[in-house]
Amino acid sequence: MSENLMIAFELLGVGWGGIFVVMIIIYLVSLALSKIFAPRGPEA
Amino acid sequence: MEILTTAADVLTAGVIALAAEPGRIVMMLIGCILMYLGIKKQYEPTLLVPMGLGTILVNIPFSGVIGETGPFQILFDMGIETELFPLLLFIGIGAMIDFGPLLSSPFLLIFGAAAQFGIFFVIIVATLLGFDMADAASTGIIAAADGPTSIFVANSLGSKYMGAIMVAAYSYMALVPIIQPIAIKLCTTKKERRIRMSYNPLAVSKTAKILFPIIICIIAGLIAPASLPLVGFLMFGNLLRECGVLDSLSKSAQNELVNLISILLGLCVSVKMEYSEFLQFDTLIVMALGLVGFVMDTVGGVMFAKLLNLFRKEKINPMVGAAGISAFPMSSRVVQRLATEEDPQNFILMQASAANVAGQIASVVAGGLVLGLLM
Repeated sequence: MSENLMIAFELLGVGWGGIFVVMIIIYLVSLALSKIFAPRGPEA
Repeated sequence: MEILTTAADVLTAGVIALAAEPGRIVMMLIGCILMYLGIKKQYEPTLLVPMGLGTILVNIPFSGVIGETGPFQILFDMGIETELFPLLLFIGIGAMIDFGPLLSSPFLLIFGAAAQFGIFFVIIVATLLGFDMADAASTGIIAAADGPTSIFVANSLGSKYMGAIMVAAYSYMALVPIIQPIAIKLCTTKKERRIRMSYNPLAVSKTAKILFPIIICIIAGLIAPASLPLVGFLMFGNLLRECGVLDSLSKSAQNELVNLISILLGLCVSVKMEYSEFLQFDTLIVMALGLVGFVMDTVGGVMFAKLLNLFRKEKINPMVGAAGISAFPMSSRVVQRLATEEDPQNFILMQASAANVAGQIASVVAGGLVLGLLM
């Protein structure tokens, strides 16, 4: 397997995996924001 | 007499040079096609029209718009080489995005990640076809379905296919309503497309909407610092929109800034549409790979939703996965249209919109991560 192909597969694993990690963290942050700053009164 | 001969030589030099290099005529025809698509078909006209005319201008022999002192070259050096134009465009895009649907259904964020599969699939295929890593990654990023990110990454990696990448990125984005239904129907059954989803959004406060872009900047910066220019400018635009005290700036970013940058971007990117650079077999491969990337994004999103359905009691309509690309709002509208085709009472637009907005965040994160891993 060529060196570039190895890097391409690494990108698939680390890059695509990295996007999942970032999105899961953003998901958790979104949940926390909705819980901590739940709308009150007329804002809801 | 001599002066007449000289004048005739000067006046005919352009025509003779054009006839000697038929590639220039081909590029002028391509410029006309781009303008036709923009004007007649209304496919991304803000970019395709200036780019179309720009393509004609740069391919006229002895053109004064290119070369060291040519205005297009100066604009290119100032706006693309420095990466300022795509970043400024992101301020406007950020000001246009409402993260409300996403914050009220945050679970759908995950589909933004799944639908970036096409990027990495194309990088592997391009590598197999013999592209070097920079060009393979720049070609792959077309599948981010996000024009400014494609330009930013391709330029940062010094790709020689900038013109083809930009044409592919913007034209396929406009063709999402044609590309996605075919890909979705290929990998879903009628029964799956009929799945109904309940919509129970979380209530979202103004404070949460203001804090969201700030926190995303910090998270993205800590995990993928290379994505910060993209994420930071996008989220700055969103902060202008949500903070509630900068409405006039937000409107300027959404209208004047985006319009002005689009005009300049379309014109100056034509520098890369010179026949000697563009008319190569590789250009066709780049365009074809871009199309494959869009299809594989859709497949990735759909298959991921199907995978989740194996473990979930309340099933997800797999088409929502396909909406996880950055092309907003076309992709979510396509998904809703397909859902209505199968079942007129099936409404999944809100879920598809949330996945679509997630795709906008995921595409810039993808661009940043690819840069971070390769530079």
